Amino acid sequence: MSPTLRYVGSRLVTTVLVLVCATVLLFSLTLFIPGNPAEVLLGPRATPEAVAAYSHIMGLDRPLLERLAIFLGNVLKGDLGRDVISGRPVLDLVLEVFPYTLTLTLSAIGLAVLLGVPLGCYAATHPGSVLDQVGAVTSVAFIALPNFVVAVFLVLIFSVWLHWLPVLGVGRDGGWGDAVLRLILPALSLALSWIGYIARLLRASLLEVLGEAHIRTARAYGVPERRIVYRNALKLAAIPTVAILGLGVGRLLGGAIFAEIIFARPGLGTLVYDAIAVRNYPVVQAAVLVVVGVFTLTNLLTDLSYLWLDPRLGRRLGEGR
Amino acid sequence: MAVWQSPTGRIGLVLVVLVALFSLGGPFVIPFEPNKLDVLHRFAGPTALHWMGTDNLGRDLAVRMAVGGQIALGVALATIGLSLTGGTLLGIAAAYAPVQIERAILVVFDVLSAFPPLIFALAIVALLGPGLDKVIFILAITMVPHFGRIARAQTLSLKQAPFLDATRVLGASAARLVLAHVVPNIMGPLIVLASMDIPVVITLEAGLSFLGIGVPPPRASWGSLLHDGYTNLTQSAWPVTFAGLMLMLATLGFTLFGEALRDAIDPKLRAAP
Repeated sequence: MSPTLRYVGSRLVTTVLVLVCATVLLFSLTLFIPGNPAEVLLGPRATPEAVAAYSHIMGLDRPLLERLAIFLGNVLKGDLGRDVISGRPVLDLVLEVFPYTLTLTLSAIGLAVLLGVPLGCYAATHPGSVLDQVGAVTSVAFIALPNFVVAVFLVLIFSVWLHWLPVLGVGRDGGWGDAVLRLILPALSLALSWIGYIARLLRASLLEVLGEAHIRTARAYGVPERRIVYRNALKLAAIPTVAILGLGVGRLLGGAIFAEIIFARPGLGTLVYDAIAVRNYPVVQAAVLVVVGVFTLTNLLTDLSYLWLDPRLGRRLGEGR
Repeated sequence: MAVWQSPTGRIGLVLVVLVALFSLGGPFVIPFEPNKLDVLHRFAGPTALHWMGTDNLGRDLAVRMAVGGQIALGVALATIGLSLTGGTLLGIAAAYAPVQIERAILVVFDVLSAFPPLIFALAIVALLGPGLDKVIFILAITMVPHFGRIARAQTLSLKQAPFLDATRVLGASAARLVLAHVVPNIMGPLIVLASMDIPVVITLEAGLSFLGIGVPPPRASWGSLLHDGYTNLTQSAWPVTFAGLMLMLATLGFTLFGEALRDAIDPKLRAAP
């Protein structure tokens, strides 16, 4: 077996293991509910018969391992339980709002790449320039700024002060243009720190790659500088940035909750937020499971994308484990 | 002090000291109770009496910001302390343990880092209800792998050092070997990591409190102050301005401080994301 294949194999096994363990962990968390979950869900005025009946429906009267097995089996079948309030399958609820969160997350990442990559490239090719120095300071400030603070200030500036309404909601009936307009501020609030991250990281790794021997060789052959930077160096220098972006998708799925609540958008975050308020645990469980799943899969894709960006890594990683 | 050498490190240190002084000293200087209502003077702007104005219930914002600062710093220190200790011990244990146990510990790390911290906190708080102790506990657990991986890697590279063999031959116990010799030698990068995690924890605590699942009211936290200000944004912009400013100064200060500390202690870490 080639080292690259071995690496891919071991990453796949770890991913499956992590997903199974995360599901078990999520299941075992329900065991810590003080008292009987059925009692908690039905409220203080529930009769003992109702609690017993609901416990039976939820399968709470069965042995622990059997419950775990049933839960795992159901998850594999795509059955994540039912909404306590409406009785609908929670997976439907999650899938209904997931596109909103995904759109927001991807727009934020897209915005961050669109602004961060040129900034990083410019800073690396013009080290010490005014823009480079200004960028160095502002990117740290951007990174340090929590996205919910940015979001609140964006609402304050654009909605309360400038009255450039509408800022809130997703604009279901206003057509595409309206929806895109309403997406800009939430996406920007999430993207700001990633613009800083990407610019800084890309600057550092690009400067490092540009100092390597094969770049010197390319220069000696008279390859135009522009081609060297954007064709040869950028691909190698992109590795740490891709790693951060992979992490970013997961972090943003979590962080999107703030943008969703502050800008009153539907999404996974709002779903979980509302579910927590009424202790609707199956919904929380399903949403968390979906986020963890997407996060783990993007981590896997990120790791595998290194192999495409730098094939030398395959051998090294395959032998290293 | 090495951090003082870099201009950004100096700014960071000054910000950190200012925020700490304000948070710890504020309640002694400001003549108001943090939870005392004064509805007649709600939504006041900054005056000589109320430095930062008052909130929707007429509570003095300055003293509430100071108390919120105490919470933020306290949660950050407690969380980092717990996860640093736990992560370091687990990491060292993984480096010395048989392969199977090492693998198991690494899988635990992988599983814990498969949960984005905020989501993990949401899942637990949804079950157990909000609370300061739970916030610290949850955040500490999500941070353990962070320290554990570095501690393991550092220990692995240190394990073969001749001086450790010498200590063992001299009859040192395992506990003494780890605590007196391994820990001090791997502490540098871990301390750097810890200082760089402070702004992360401050942000997470504020975020959880913003969502109403962190510090329970009426106790003030920067996150809940920002949220209260946001719900009354059309009445007064002062609460969100000051809450945002405090959060910004604290996270920026600790970030700059942490980076300067990293450059001073371990320049090699600079390339790591």
